[in-house]
Amino acid sequence: MIHNRRLATANIGVAVGAFGIATFMALMQALSRASLDLPWRSAQMYYLSVTGHGVLMALVFTTFFIMGMGVAFTTRALERPLRLSGLAWLGFWLAVVGTAAATWAILSGEASVLYTFYPPMQAHPAFYIGLTLVVVGSWLWSISTIVTYLSWRRDNPGKVVPLAVHGILATIIVWLLATVGVAAEMLFQLIPWSLGLKETVDPLLARMLFWYFGHPLVYFWLIPAYVAWYTIAPREAGGKLFSDPLARMVFALFIILSAPVGFHHQFMDPGISSGWKMLHTFTTFGILFPSFVTAFTVTASFEVAARMRGADGLFNWIKKLPWGNPMVAAVLLSMIMFAIGGIGGSINAAFGMNAVVHNTAWIQGHFHLTVGTATALTFMGVAYWLVPKLVGRDLELVLLAKVQPYLWFLGMFVFSISNHATGLMGMPRRVFEASYGGSAVAAQWEGLTLISALGGVLLFISASFFLLVMLGTVLAGRRAEQPVIQFAEPLEGEPKRLLIFDRIWVWVVLAVVLVALAYAYPLADHLGMGAIGSPGFKPF
Amino acid sequence: MHVDLYERLWMWAAGAIIVLFLGAIGFATVIQGRVPPSHVETIDPQSVFTDPRFSEPGVTANPDGSVEVNMIAQIWIFRPNEIRVPAGRPVTFRMTSPDVIHGFQIVGTNSNTMVVPGYVSQFTTTFDDPGEYLIVCNEYCGTNHHNMSATLIVEEGT
Repeated sequence: MIHNRRLATANIGVAVGAFGIATFMALMQALSRASLDLPWRSAQMYYLSVTGHGVLMALVFTTFFIMGMGVAFTTRALERPLRLSGLAWLGFWLAVVGTAAATWAILSGEASVLYTFYPPMQAHPAFYIGLTLVVVGSWLWSISTIVTYLSWRRDNPGKVVPLAVHGILATIIVWLLATVGVAAEMLFQLIPWSLGLKETVDPLLARMLFWYFGHPLVYFWLIPAYVAWYTIAPREAGGKLFSDPLARMVFALFIILSAPVGFHHQFMDPGISSGWKMLHTFTTFGILFPSFVTAFTVTASFEVAARMRGADGLFNWIKKLPWGNPMVAAVLLSMIMFAIGGIGGSINAAFGMNAVVHNTAWIQGHFHLTVGTATALTFMGVAYWLVPKLVGRDLELVLLAKVQPYLWFLGMFVFSISNHATGLMGMPRRVFEASYGGSAVAAQWEGLTLISALGGVLLFISASFFLLVMLGTVLAGRRAEQPVIQFAEPLEGEPKRLLIFDRIWVWVVLAVVLVALAYAYPLADHLGMGAIGSPGFKPF
Repeated sequence: MHVDLYERLWMWAAGAIIVLFLGAIGFATVIQGRVPPSHVETIDPQSVFTDPRFSEPGVTANPDGSVEVNMIAQIWIFRPNEIRVPAGRPVTFRMTSPDVIHGFQIVGTNSNTMVVPGYVSQFTTTFDDPGEYLIVCNEYCGTNHHNMSATLIVEEGT
């Protein structure tokens, strides 16, 4: 059974709520970029909305969903309730209060600094303090999960930890390592500076700390999606996990490779020498490897599922997959989109080539395939499967749930491809509109921004379906006994022997060493540079 | 640990692709010299307008035929707002910001850099095709960010 059901439900509830608000903002933004006039459209409103959408989707929706999913998976797989569940509840409430404070600051127009909040643009202190509370809340959940795992380990010496928990632990380690950076930025720079206790901040140091956090952040989003791909989807599709040890290798590699890569977001920055940027290029390409392995293992697991359902041809197994199961469809479509997103990502990370796409619409096209689909659509699929089990009700409006992943796929395809294209044509990202005073160059983007707006409308409809299904299930779903969570069995049986990938501490130590190698010298070099800080500005 | 033959092959292929990608990047970097702008130089962001390096933004032609462009990116304009440079000659752009972070991108080229207050961005490029180019700010800098632009005119080489 799932223990701490209420905690898991509360976390997922906040996640879905944040997703709902952010969805409305997204629709307005997509229409605005195409210069389609709406009653309350203004530049100020647009940048406020981009901030809200980014914070609520990328930081709030993801973090709460991962906490909720983490609680459900950990307690089920370890067959015990959370240790220190009071602490996890405290974490939940801290994160809720933090979200409320940051949302208030954004909606009151005092924090239109976007979700990357680069200084010296300065937001209301409530924005920084609120986001810090979200992170602190997630730390309390992390501690509770780790202590639960340790108590299981004490009771089961020498036993191999269930794969789902291995993945959740990898998520937590990546997160703890990453958030050190953003916590330092918040506590030593942004919070005292916004409160007036500090005159100036060094914007480049802030960017280094932010991106030290910002790239492992994407693996914090991605690893839980992989957990669902490896441990849930194969079984839902009627099959088994193709390779358990390789899944463990993938999670272990994410622990060590997630963090020492942040400079690939700063290729175009002054003040960082090209040698360090090159080093981070190497580590960034290293992190493609675990995703390549995942593509094989999960696809092979689906093939196993289809063959267990009676497929026998070279390709006809694809047809035999349960494409009408919303959870399985969400995962399959996420994987296809993630493959495209991965190719785009390797272009972003390609050192010199980055100059062609940096800060263009290409980037928003890219990350809506990765976090906006691989993660978000997978989470929606997980929600269709998990929420009924949490609330003890049947999934309501099943037809909408079946259609929704396809509509998301279509909308995202239209949205993302058009943004990739305008990006290559030089259109910047995050612009209220893109006419540049009637510039002939900018006029070439017009048709494509309309197509992107159409994609936004399709995505909005899809998101509304998801919200309706969630509301319908929780409020009106038929109360009925739900099947318990069952994780996919490995094709070769449950692992008996601990592998090197199970020795989490080895990977934690390696990760810390790699971070030190990648960051210690550039950071020390930077602090000795004698950079002069900037006072705050509020041009919004 | 047993790994399926096909998966083993796939992993080798994945490794080979990564090595190939890095080889291509190495080639572009070392042989073709495509290195992102990574100039290291600091400046006091509160005295940009009086600093001798930026007190007279504009285009300067050097005796050796190369050209230097000094620019200030500020809320919500570029100074100067119209730049004329010759085609076929190396042009070095130097810029900084007296307020928030800006971006500098010449649409249709690979000229792209962040402009961070407290630092001087610098890169050198050559324009082969004469014509009028749109320069945009590509880093959010406030309510009028989408109107922050300038014009680059590349003139027939003399």
